[in-house]
Amino acid sequence: MSGRVLVGVKRVIDYAVKIRVKPDNTGVVTDGVKHSMNPFCEIAVEEAVKLKEKKLIKEVVAVSCGPQQSQETIRTALAMGADRGIHVDVSGKDYENLGPLQVSKILAALAKQEDAQLILLGKQAIDDDCNQTGQMTAALLDWPQGTFASEVSLEGDKINLVREIDGGLEHIKINTPAVITADLRLNTPRYATLPNIMKAKKKKIATVKPADLGVDLTSRLEVLKVEEPPQRQAGMKVETVEDLVVKLKEAGRV
Amino acid sequence: MTSELHEYDKDPQPKGIHAAELSAIMLSSEQVLASTRKLHAGAEGSKVSPSGAPERLPFCRVTEEDLAFFRKILPGRTIVDPDLVEPSNVDWLKSVRGSSEVLLRPQTTEEVSQILSYCNSRNLAVNPQGGNTGLVGGSVPVYDEIILSTSLMNKILNFDSISGVLTCQAGCVLENLSFYLEERDYIMPLDLGAKGSCQIGGNVATNAGGLRLLRYGSLHGTVLGLELVLADGQVLDCLSTLRKDNTGYDLKQLFIGSEGTLGVITAVSILCPRKPKSVNVVFLGCETFEQLLKTFQLCKGMLGEILSAFEFLDSECMRLLNTHLKLPNPISDCPFYIVIETSGSDPTHDAQKLHNFLEEAMTSSLVSDGTVATEEAKIKALWSLRERVTEALTHDGFTYKYDISLPVERIYQLVTDMRKHLGNQAKSVVGYGHVGDGNLHLNVTSPSKDPALLAAIEPFVYEWTASCRGSISAEHGLGLKKRNYIYYSKQSQAVALMGNIKAMLDPKGILNPYKTLPDNLKQ
Repeated sequence: MSGRVLVGVKRVIDYAVKIRVKPDNTGVVTDGVKHSMNPFCEIAVEEAVKLKEKKLIKEVVAVSCGPQQSQETIRTALAMGADRGIHVDVSGKDYENLGPLQVSKILAALAKQEDAQLILLGKQAIDDDCNQTGQMTAALLDWPQGTFASEVSLEGDKINLVREIDGGLEHIKINTPAVITADLRLNTPRYATLPNIMKAKKKKIATVKPADLGVDLTSRLEVLKVEEPPQRQAGMKVETVEDLVVKLKEAGRV
Repeated sequence: MTSELHEYDKDPQPKGIHAAELSAIMLSSEQVLASTRKLHAGAEGSKVSPSGAPERLPFCRVTEEDLAFFRKILPGRTIVDPDLVEPSNVDWLKSVRGSSEVLLRPQTTEEVSQILSYCNSRNLAVNPQGGNTGLVGGSVPVYDEIILSTSLMNKILNFDSISGVLTCQAGCVLENLSFYLEERDYIMPLDLGAKGSCQIGGNVATNAGGLRLLRYGSLHGTVLGLELVLADGQVLDCLSTLRKDNTGYDLKQLFIGSEGTLGVITAVSILCPRKPKSVNVVFLGCETFEQLLKTFQLCKGMLGEILSAFEFLDSECMRLLNTHLKLPNPISDCPFYIVIETSGSDPTHDAQKLHNFLEEAMTSSLVSDGTVATEEAKIKALWSLRERVTEALTHDGFTYKYDISLPVERIYQLVTDMRKHLGNQAKSVVGYGHVGDGNLHLNVTSPSKDPALLAAIEPFVYEWTASCRGSISAEHGLGLKKRNYIYYSKQSQAVALMGNIKAMLDPKGILNPYKTLPDNLKQ
């Protein structure tokens, strides 16, 4: 066993930012907008680093697919404790069309190339909410999958997992190599401390192209339109019960 | 009690009395000490009108006729239901309670003018009230003063996106103004923990400081104009939006920080800075206060113009945050923690400066640990470690709060000396605050109100402050609780002149009586 873990980290618009739709309705405004690591990916990185600290795995490799700026996201993972990074360079139209199917093909290829024992991902990205990449990656590799994980423990060459499901908590045991996707309560990501931030600047990030991995990025999906949800109407405050009745009558509700 | 306070004022004092000499004069008077203790035993305690407060001045009491008048000009906004008036009778700390029976909620300057004109003619006392977040008992009635709330005066009147000047009514909540401005790429020049409730009129009336003062300066500089209503109902329109205007005396400066005793602020025009494109927050740990001060110097040198905040908290504060609010320490345990914020127009430029500063701070061992945040969620999380200390303290027991200005290098000495002085009498003694502005928030907690503990803290803390020529109230103001300590930081001639100005602008003394100016000043 290589003891190597691949962690996927996605660069998304920061969750605190107010999203604006582009005037031509083709997408959302990303220029000049604050981006950061997808929160569920942070949890995945934290879990990987924890496993390494427990000496259950040997190396954490952070992977991100996207343009040049994705390297910042990888640096954040390195500052949290990942050992090295792989930046899969995808930009322009290819990046706009990049979705779970393409990313899972890339991750599957990398897993084989790096001889990974475990792939840790966030359960979904907060920009598209697809919740598909982990599942597709496992299918492409024909590996077991432990999705919505809220607890992970390694036992020899097996993994004990607790999954958060609609009915409650499900306990499963899966073989390795496997794909795990992290849910909110798996852990609380650490702050990257200064000594680690400084060390991270010296860690290596390798750049590869999807073609090098033999991956076809053609998308089967076409985005027709992106629009804002209907505006929420403001409520109205009234001073007395009489006013309320008048307003209700005006609105034809009574 | 009032006559006892008169005693030391009659003592012949040489001009330019030294703070230490003043302390000696005050200390030497047993009666003064006793009256100080009595002042506290009442003021911070009970459920009825503070017995430590001065006796009720001979204002008239509200009659049915008065209520009829108010109801005519403020239909539906003259509140007499005790349950609705009650929250406005108690301060945020739940430390002082008044017994007002009338809460008025005007919407326009004209209504405020009519109210004050009437109250002045009827000799009815008025307590102007904004967000009621003040910490010195200045925002609530002492007796039955009519509460004049600005809460419904919450309209934004104008925003000039070229000059950045915002004009709004006094009742606008600070956080709402921030949201409004942020959508337009600007920010308010001040920020404080109470932003969700405090109103800009109250901020100006108390000359609030806050977390951004280091970068954008005080309200004395950023407020360009005010509209006020004077005690007799006269509307004073100084609502200029000009950056420069040297035509006559700058009257608005008198009202900024006057704590509602010279006039009621009804509108404000304020100069707002552009929203920074790049904000970074750094949380650092230092082993000693000397290292903290050296870090501050390094910071000013290397971060310079992008530095927008430099705050500190001690390990006791961190313990309270962990215990009462379950906020985890993002770094390892250290005796002192610093929160540094940078604000600039170019993320790459700022990141480079910050990186250089952090590298220097770490390699020269000024800082033993730290973390950096660039994402909004993480920035909020790091700031909350400083902003929520006040909240954590309320869970630790009854809190005695002191807001002191001192020479920066002496700031923590007061905390250490206080700990030694109090020994086991206190539950927790913590220090935190705007160290970049030389402003310490010293807080002492106790399981419950403890007059003996209070007697040990005061006047020790005030004498210590006066001995360094510091301020006994850096930004919280005097209000009810600290009005009689003004002499620790201001000479008696200055205070006497303040009294003259008050008498000129409010001859009947109806505006926020019992506050700000000391009891021994004859009206």
